[in-house]
Amino acid sequence: MVVQALKDQGVDVVFGYPGGAVLPIYDEVFQQKGIQHVLVRHEQGAVHAAEGYARSTGKPGVVLVTSGPGATNAVTGLTDALLDSIPLVVLTGQVPTFMIGSDAFQEADTVGITRPCTKHNWLVKDTANLSATIHEAFHVATAGRPGPVLVDIPKDVQFASAEYTSPQKARTGHYNPQVKGDLEAITELVAAIETAKRPVFYTGGGVINSGPAASQLLRELVEATGFPITSTLMGLGAYPASGKGWLGMLGMHGLYEANMAMHDCDLMINIGARFDDRITGRLDAFSPGSKKAHIDIDPSSINKVIKADIPIVGDIAHVLEDLLKVWKSRGRKTNVEAVAKWNVRVDEWRKTKCLSFKQEGKTIKPQHALTRLEALTKDHDRYITTEVGQHQMWAAQYLGFEDPNRWMTSGGLGTMGYGFPASIGVQMAHRDALVINVAGEASWLMNMQEMGTAIQFRLPVKQFILNNERLGMVRQWQELLHGERYSHSWSEALPDFVKLAEAFGAKGIRCSDPADLDDAIMEMIEYDGPVIFDCMVEKHENCFPMIPSGEPHNKMLLGEASTKDAIGSKGAVMV
Amino acid sequence: MSALKIKKGSNKHSAYNLRPTFSDVEERHTLAVLVDNEVGVLARVIGLFSGRGYNIESLTVAEVDHEGHMSRITIVTTGTPQVIEQIKAQVGRIIPVHEVHDLTVEGRAVERELALIKVICTGDKRVEALRLADIFRTNVVDSTLDSFTFEITGTSEKIDAFADLMRPLGLSDLARTGIAALPRGSL
Repeated sequence: MVVQALKDQGVDVVFGYPGGAVLPIYDEVFQQKGIQHVLVRHEQGAVHAAEGYARSTGKPGVVLVTSGPGATNAVTGLTDALLDSIPLVVLTGQVPTFMIGSDAFQEADTVGITRPCTKHNWLVKDTANLSATIHEAFHVATAGRPGPVLVDIPKDVQFASAEYTSPQKARTGHYNPQVKGDLEAITELVAAIETAKRPVFYTGGGVINSGPAASQLLRELVEATGFPITSTLMGLGAYPASGKGWLGMLGMHGLYEANMAMHDCDLMINIGARFDDRITGRLDAFSPGSKKAHIDIDPSSINKVIKADIPIVGDIAHVLEDLLKVWKSRGRKTNVEAVAKWNVRVDEWRKTKCLSFKQEGKTIKPQHALTRLEALTKDHDRYITTEVGQHQMWAAQYLGFEDPNRWMTSGGLGTMGYGFPASIGVQMAHRDALVINVAGEASWLMNMQEMGTAIQFRLPVKQFILNNERLGMVRQWQELLHGERYSHSWSEALPDFVKLAEAFGAKGIRCSDPADLDDAIMEMIEYDGPVIFDCMVEKHENCFPMIPSGEPHNKMLLGEASTKDAIGSKGAVMV
Repeated sequence: MSALKIKKGSNKHSAYNLRPTFSDVEERHTLAVLVDNEVGVLARVIGLFSGRGYNIESLTVAEVDHEGHMSRITIVTTGTPQVIEQIKAQVGRIIPVHEVHDLTVEGRAVERELALIKVICTGDKRVEALRLADIFRTNVVDSTLDSFTFEITGTSEKIDAFADLMRPLGLSDLARTGIAALPRGSL
């Protein structure tokens, strides 16, 4: 029955790990065709893989794990998906209903434990409700602001039989979030667009979650208005990095021009972003002179952190469509002269070249490694995942994304160990694509057991590890904020990554000389199978630009590299 | 790295030292929440309050529509206007929640609470307790030779006042239901 429900929901891949309380479902999985089950090596990996699958396809990811430890191991992934609004349906086995509450073997209060880290969850106590509940779960996971849901199924409920309810007949409840924005508010925003002198689009993951149409409409709007556009970490790719108005990512490690434009703008149009603390910095100095419009499908995002002058609750694609319609019907007006002047100012900020660095000597700079990776892979059908830390920020800064759903990273929760399993999920959905996980050695080790999965399912995922033998971001903060006391932020006793790859039956490549880098990257791309690329990089490189916490956007640190380079002796602290 | 001009160990630079700029005057609001009466729904609502650090001053819950499987949760909470708005939006997005009404904003509401108060006393004190109970229009629901249990209904303030009077006379136990509230008029 479970398998039938999944098939009717269009599921083709399930990531999971069997165990006692979920055996009846695994028995069904064994006796069917049509759904491929990917056996992971740890349940956390299953959830991240499903996240990678979901983010790269726009479809919900599906996970099947057992009770107790199976469910608790899934908790980090559920929380990650909740914070980044990723649609997941997680099915967990549970001890039989008559044993619930008796501290049975592998019993955990799964629904209780996962209540705060799912959008919703269910314990199915009667087989008659099982299929309908699974259909409802898919509806809740994908409708409105997407998120992870969990269905806990006791073993006796799995064994019993009952009449199957088709998706069409299943109750989807009263849960039908508003998708159309309020036309009055949209018209107010149009009026603001018509007169704004210093406008900026600030876009987020909501654009990507809304689907490809939202990205298309966004591109149309940006081209037609000529306003500059920046994006959060989650929203990269909604607007192409090669686009004329592109400012790059904003926020704590965002680009100088993006943060300056946010600080000095007079109209901020937030499309599907949530004023996260990594974006806003000091709140009382956040973009002090601007009128703020906020489009979000989740009413609780609006006025949570920053007061919105023009709040619009709705789905991005629907709202943008109406916005364009109204704007066009009123004559496609903008304050052309003022916006041109504003764009000149933005260009001045761009000249700071805040990402410049100097590759010299015999050590590879991580920025250089990513610049070369970008140059050698950008023309491929490419998907990028990352772990969490400095390498993640560098990847966001130095790689360019032309399309949505090509960039999978743990934004809200910042989960080290996300990227490798996520790359497996992406590769499952796109068998012929080039899938690269940009990693740090410390993050990568957190879920390295998934090498077994990559080998078993012949997934040629490329693990591009920027190895500085440090917890780079922790080290950077300790240097800047904790008196250079490097408490436990180095990676002692690292494995030999090449031998490790070989032990799993994969290919290992080590590169430490800048002169060998291009050839080594090409070797990685051309190898038909999983690769661990151990890129030995500069150990003490810091990630810049950076807004120190508690500072506003215009108080960015541009770092040593740019100090030596483009901006001369002005010093590291920019106005 | 002193060139970067960050004071070492300065608390100001903690990543989470980011104060919002909203009004900080706290208000008291009564919320009525209509929910599907299903397992765990109360845990979802109160888990949200504890998880996000909101206050609960009073909470009542019971099924109000047996056919439709609906329960009404009445919550009295305090917070700044922005926090109250957040609470309503956050509660509103819990899946089994159908409606959230802010009775404090939506017009005048009737608010009532019921309490049972046991007073143990004899002699003059016993006479005085009964006299005061009469003034407060309570019902005596249990009585022995040395005790009364009063049932009192009214606003929370009225119950506070009565309990304060009973304390020197021998109040031994107090059970309160929390507030139930409905909007006035035909709303």
